[in-house]
Amino acid sequence: MNSIEKVISVKNLTKKFGSFTAVDHITFDVMKGEIFGFLGANGAGKTTAMRMLCGLSYPTSGEGSVAGCDITSQAETIKRRIGYMSQKFSLYGDLTVMENIRLFSTIYGMSDKDIKTVSARLFKELEMEEMKNALVRDIPVGWKQKLAFATATIHNPQVVFLDEPTGGVDPVTRRRFWELIYKAAADGMTVFVTTHYLDEAEYCNRVSIMVDGKISALDNPAALKKKYNVSTMDEVFRIVAKNAQRGE
Amino acid sequence: MIKLRILLALLRKEIKLMRRNRLIPRVIIVMPLMVMLVIPLVANLDVKNVNVAVVDNDHSQLSRRMIADISASEILNVISVGDSHSEAMLEIEDGNADVILTIPPDYSVDMIARTAQVDVEANGVNVTKGMLGARYVSESVLGTLAGISAQSGQKIKTDDISIIYRFNPTLNFRNYMIPALMVILLIIIGGFLPALNLVNEKETGTIEAMNVTPVSRLVFVLSKLIPFWIVGIMVVTVGMLVGWLVYGLVPQGCIGAIYLAAILFSLVMSGIGISIANSSSTMLQSIFVMFAFIIVFQLMSGLFTPISYMPVWVQYITYMIPPRYFIEIMRSVYLKGTSIAELWQQYLTLASFATVMLFVAAATYKKQS
Repeated sequence: MNSIEKVISVKNLTKKFGSFTAVDHITFDVMKGEIFGFLGANGAGKTTAMRMLCGLSYPTSGEGSVAGCDITSQAETIKRRIGYMSQKFSLYGDLTVMENIRLFSTIYGMSDKDIKTVSARLFKELEMEEMKNALVRDIPVGWKQKLAFATATIHNPQVVFLDEPTGGVDPVTRRRFWELIYKAAADGMTVFVTTHYLDEAEYCNRVSIMVDGKISALDNPAALKKKYNVSTMDEVFRIVAKNAQRGE
Repeated sequence: MIKLRILLALLRKEIKLMRRNRLIPRVIIVMPLMVMLVIPLVANLDVKNVNVAVVDNDHSQLSRRMIADISASEILNVISVGDSHSEAMLEIEDGNADVILTIPPDYSVDMIARTAQVDVEANGVNVTKGMLGARYVSESVLGTLAGISAQSGQKIKTDDISIIYRFNPTLNFRNYMIPALMVILLIIIGGFLPALNLVNEKETGTIEAMNVTPVSRLVFVLSKLIPFWIVGIMVVTVGMLVGWLVYGLVPQGCIGAIYLAAILFSLVMSGIGISIANSSSTMLQSIFVMFAFIIVFQLMSGLFTPISYMPVWVQYITYMIPPRYFIEIMRSVYLKGTSIAELWQQYLTLASFATVMLFVAAATYKKQS
């Protein structure tokens, strides 16, 4: 593996809250253009790990770099180069679709002209043209997720972090959402996605399974299935996460 | 340049959100209206209907005239005239009388030599009424004496109480109250709204979407503070309009001086609000802490109690309380017509507070935890 291709590189990354170790010495690399799945039960530490990579949370120990910048000392530079879609929908409900897009793209330093062309293209791709003047709080959940994805990727970041992007929507909408992810990856964007839908894990180039703050398995889905001698990722997950202490 | 564009985009967002909020535009207009219309009527410290129990041991023409003069006053009512001081005390204890006036025996005979003294005692339970009532009674007595002295040409020694004459019975409490109410409004609206606004972003999670962008902390905090200049200006405008249309009180000084002070003070208050919100994770927390500040600000800034009446060590503390300067400016400009140049120290202090609070708000705002 060529080190230039590493977009995310993490070594012994740890986050403690008091005596609780949410993320326990995780080490992994993510390559450019990869769709990297971050699996784990609730409470396994996926979101905490992701927040450290996005510069929202300080690591307790360990090191990591994202898009060529150190996650502890260059968090603000990282933020220019990444997009982040949080688990909880976090766009402004009382702004319209277009107003949200304009606000975030202006913050990322895009010119009015660029915003116009990019948003026009986006609305067309997402089939949201007639919705662009609707207040965000009034649009359906599936559309909100597409909009959040569009906002997180509008500035064409090197990496986009998606934290359970498809929670609470039907399989058809989920499938469509994954088409967006594929398209972004095909354009060269690296996608780092957490999920606990095991069928979604099959769509990823590589998958890591987190159990109790540690990475217990990391490989491409085919290799994992072969290793545990099963036919689905669901079974892989059951075997790996069997001894989990945390979670529901 | 880019930062300015980002700031403008954020300000547009804040103003749109404020206008689309169902409650906030109404609070900004209705709250000042209600406060300005109702509070001056109920929080009126003008003392009326002071009940006086007279103990007349003199039974002279002079004592009768004193009683008649007191009865003639619009403010004072004579509720009883008797010989016994203890009976008058009972009236006070029963709450019927506020002030006792005792005229000693042979007072009219002694008048020139002035060895005997008229006694005025006040019920201190209602401090304001007691104090002012006692002054009104003394004043009335002195008035009677002065009248007699003028008629008879006799010179009566009244110098020792003459200071009481300085009390201005026509002092209109409202004139003092209206600028103060505007200060209270700005303390509350200017402090609470930004705090609630920011905590709301925390609760709905939108702040996370901001924290993961490269927006600078100073720009973000400025976008939270600047909209409250506009709010401050609106509140003061409503206040001045009501003051003029309802109470006939117009600022003696320049309106620009009032607006400048209002903008600076709004900035201080919203800076405090944002700093509190930065360290609170729920609305309740921020409201609780904000209340602590508001109580101290209202009671120690000279709004209700003149600072010169406070213990000296407390007076030093009041220099640290920003509304103190705003109140001084508002009262001086409103009632005396003082100019910005004459109040430069107060403006400078407010501006310094505003700058400090801006940096405290930016420093306590954390994008990373």
